[in-house]
Amino acid sequence: MSTTLLLVQTLNGLQLGVLLFLIAAGLTLVFGVMDFINLAHGVQYMLGAYLAVAFYTVTGSFLAALVLALAAALAFGLLLEFAVFRHLYDRDHLDHVIATFGIILFLNHGVKVVWGAAPLSLPMPELLSGSVRLAGGLNYPVWRLVIIASGLVVAALLYLLVTHTRIGMLVRAGATNARMVSALGVDIRRLFMIVFGFGAMLAGFAGIMIAPILSVEPGMGDTILILAFVVIVIGGIGSIRGAFLAALLIGLVDTLGRSFSVDLLRLVMAPSPARTVGPAIASMLIYLLMAVVLYVRPTGLFPAKGR
Amino acid sequence: MESGSGRIFFGKPVPTFPENAPLATSFGAVPAAARRGRFAETLPIGIFLVLALLPLAALADGSSYLVSLGARIMIFAIAAVALDVLVGYCGLISFGHAAFIGLGAYAVGILSAHGIADALVALPAALVVSALYAFLTGSVCLRTKGVYFIMITLAFGQMAFFTASSLAPYGGDDGLTLTTRCTLAGFPFINDERAFYYLVFACLLGSYLLCRALVASRFGRVLRGAKENAVRMAAIGFDVYRFQLAAYVIVGTLGGLSGFLLANATEFVSPAYMSWQRSGELIVMVLLGGLGSLNGAIIGTAAYLLMEEWLAGFTENWKVIFGPLLVLVVLFARGGLIGLWSELMRRLGRG
Amino acid sequence: MAEPILRLENLRKTFGALVVTDDLTLDVMPRELHAVIGPNGAGKTTLINQISGLLAPDTGAILFAGRDITALSMHARAQLGLARSFQITSVLPRFSALENVALAVQSRVGSSFRFFGRAADETALNAAAMAALADVDLADRAHVPAGALSHGERRALELAIALAMEPKLLLLDEPMAGTGHEESARLVGVLQRLKGRFPVVLVEHDMAAVFALADRISVLIYGRILASGSPAEVRADPRVVAAYLGDEME
Repeated sequence: MSTTLLLVQTLNGLQLGVLLFLIAAGLTLVFGVMDFINLAHGVQYMLGAYLAVAFYTVTGSFLAALVLALAAALAFGLLLEFAVFRHLYDRDHLDHVIATFGIILFLNHGVKVVWGAAPLSLPMPELLSGSVRLAGGLNYPVWRLVIIASGLVVAALLYLLVTHTRIGMLVRAGATNARMVSALGVDIRRLFMIVFGFGAMLAGFAGIMIAPILSVEPGMGDTILILAFVVIVIGGIGSIRGAFLAALLIGLVDTLGRSFSVDLLRLVMAPSPARTVGPAIASMLIYLLMAVVLYVRPTGLFPAKGR
Repeated sequence: MESGSGRIFFGKPVPTFPENAPLATSFGAVPAAARRGRFAETLPIGIFLVLALLPLAALADGSSYLVSLGARIMIFAIAAVALDVLVGYCGLISFGHAAFIGLGAYAVGILSAHGIADALVALPAALVVSALYAFLTGSVCLRTKGVYFIMITLAFGQMAFFTASSLAPYGGDDGLTLTTRCTLAGFPFINDERAFYYLVFACLLGSYLLCRALVASRFGRVLRGAKENAVRMAAIGFDVYRFQLAAYVIVGTLGGLSGFLLANATEFVSPAYMSWQRSGELIVMVLLGGLGSLNGAIIGTAAYLLMEEWLAGFTENWKVIFGPLLVLVVLFARGGLIGLWSELMRRLGRG
Repeated sequence: MAEPILRLENLRKTFGALVVTDDLTLDVMPRELHAVIGPNGAGKTTLINQISGLLAPDTGAILFAGRDITALSMHARAQLGLARSFQITSVLPRFSALENVALAVQSRVGSSFRFFGRAADETALNAAAMAALADVDLADRAHVPAGALSHGERRALELAIALAMEPKLLLLDEPMAGTGHEESARLVGVLQRLKGRFPVVLVEHDMAAVFALADRISVLIYGRILASGSPAEVRADPRVVAAYLGDEME
């Protein structure tokens, strides 16, 4: 277990954490403000990646692809809200789960129809495609640092937005008590639309940023969706701050856990069983973490609705 | 939707009830125990009659395709009926039900890998493993409510999935092929497709009758009451948690039964049996038929699997059509196929 | 001197900076109908919630028939004989009035872990439930879904459910809330008939009802008991008149 490896995996963990935050932020707001379980958030992330690939093929420029894909992701999110989700806010959670599950099926197979099942790739901007020397013997990809940086910037912007603007105040109020906000005469429909559209854009942005590193393929949003839900459950529903901290925590735990589980287990058991049990435990680690957190704090660490 | 959407207090519509409403109301979930009337009684008879006679019809056809398809439908119907008890009657949305199917299947698979194929060992093993997992995970899950409950059942489902994926000696990601179907005291009874079919039929019939008795019993009434108003039930003196845990274990065990049969049907076990998408599909099956009616679970399973067979023949990507269809069902046909049928009959009856 | 059936000792409950129950001490004697009155926001429902177990007090003790129940869950207290009605009607809307009450009977007679036999057909449970419904004059509405009952009928149903538990102590949280003149007069009549069967703690705003029914009255102001005694004593108490009754009695 070298220090270099530890450093690299910590950075990777941060990168995953930041990615998770981008997705979880929209998810937790939509849930907190509209009490709406949006399983389709994962395919919105996937769609961002696909749209970026499509626009890149047309424009040849990553930046143009980024901007266009973001716009398209926003438009698509608003369309979904208008056509489907808006009619489900007053239904119970089961209806949300099934309907958004249907959207997942639709999009996961829809992208297969349009783009085929083979994984696609999106090249990153030339300028940022290299590696940078961080410490003795440690070369780390610039793009991953870009992801971390952009995620932190978005987090900071979100923080400012939520705490220093009127809209942000309405969102925070809505996450605490939506009925009251509506009763106070705020156009709650418009607020919902804004929250939803913004969340969709964030998820799409995450997809676009990760596309150069991962392969773009159908179903790529499924695993990350589950992780995002674990994040918002641990962080506390409706809380951006909770989502941020939980996302970083989970990103680190998951990445470091997968890298070092076998080594850690070798401290207490023989190498052969360690190599079998290690990866199994590593993949379960975050779920165990969630179970423990929920046992101690049944509504997460920083729930918006103070119970 | 039936008359009765009352005032909308920002969000959840508050149902109003016509004076002489029958005890059954159509707001989606309909308590089967409250449904009197010929329909509710004759429908299951019809279903089981069709299922019982299917192999005879298939005889004319000559192939065993229909029979194995029928068996597959019934196997998942067992799991769906059990899930309906949880979702439709208890109001507990479990997103990890597929794990129990997987556990039952892996019990068979692992024993088979060690040369043990006797049903007298494999079946109890499957049931005990699922029951145990249901008890342990249920006791944690049931301390939560709402979306937290959904998430934590999902988490436990994932845990089972990943554990199975990492079992390298038992196939890991790729799964494990059984050497043979289970034998009964050495006799390979269920190698014959029709014998297996009737075994599955018996299991489905038994599970269905068990669940029907359960929801109408004292035990079931407490759960149905808790679904409507858990605080009221506690105020009357019921420890709702204990009842829900017992229900969760029973449902999980039936899932294990389904898994045992599935492993024998396909002679193959794989982690894919317990993916969260499978858990989602099971909920869809129940909803499609009609939540809270048990008959609906069987009908919905048949509808889903038949659709899968039929549409998959046209295109590999049939779910592009099914996805939006599901959305439409949720928006406009929340009561599922049974709800649609009832509505149709009602309109025809009014003349 | 008889032992109190319910004793609250130095009960304290705060929500953040707001003190809702402030070092409250109260005794309820067996066989008495003890009314708790006070202005809105005095903490009456919070008090009932703490006694029944829906809320846990921050400090203090609750003793029921001499037994410390402060740490017991709501259902455990119900099993001991503590029954309550809710200020905001809390029934099972899709179940008939009869089944609502039958469930309470079922809880009392025990052994609900029965998996076979249709509960709705059990004659013994239904008979006991009908008796409770008859007590509140709801017998002819037994098979109507609770959600279809009028508001006043649902308040009566709340009472019937509590009665079916054969309680050792009945907590009534504003049973007259939202009912019209006729309905509330009917409920008062029902409560008159039930008086003496078991001790009752009655939280109410309706002063006519309170003075018609109560054996003793405690006045709750800002989470504390200002005065406690017979109706005549309380009515004459100048502190009470100043703080609360002065306006009410107009």
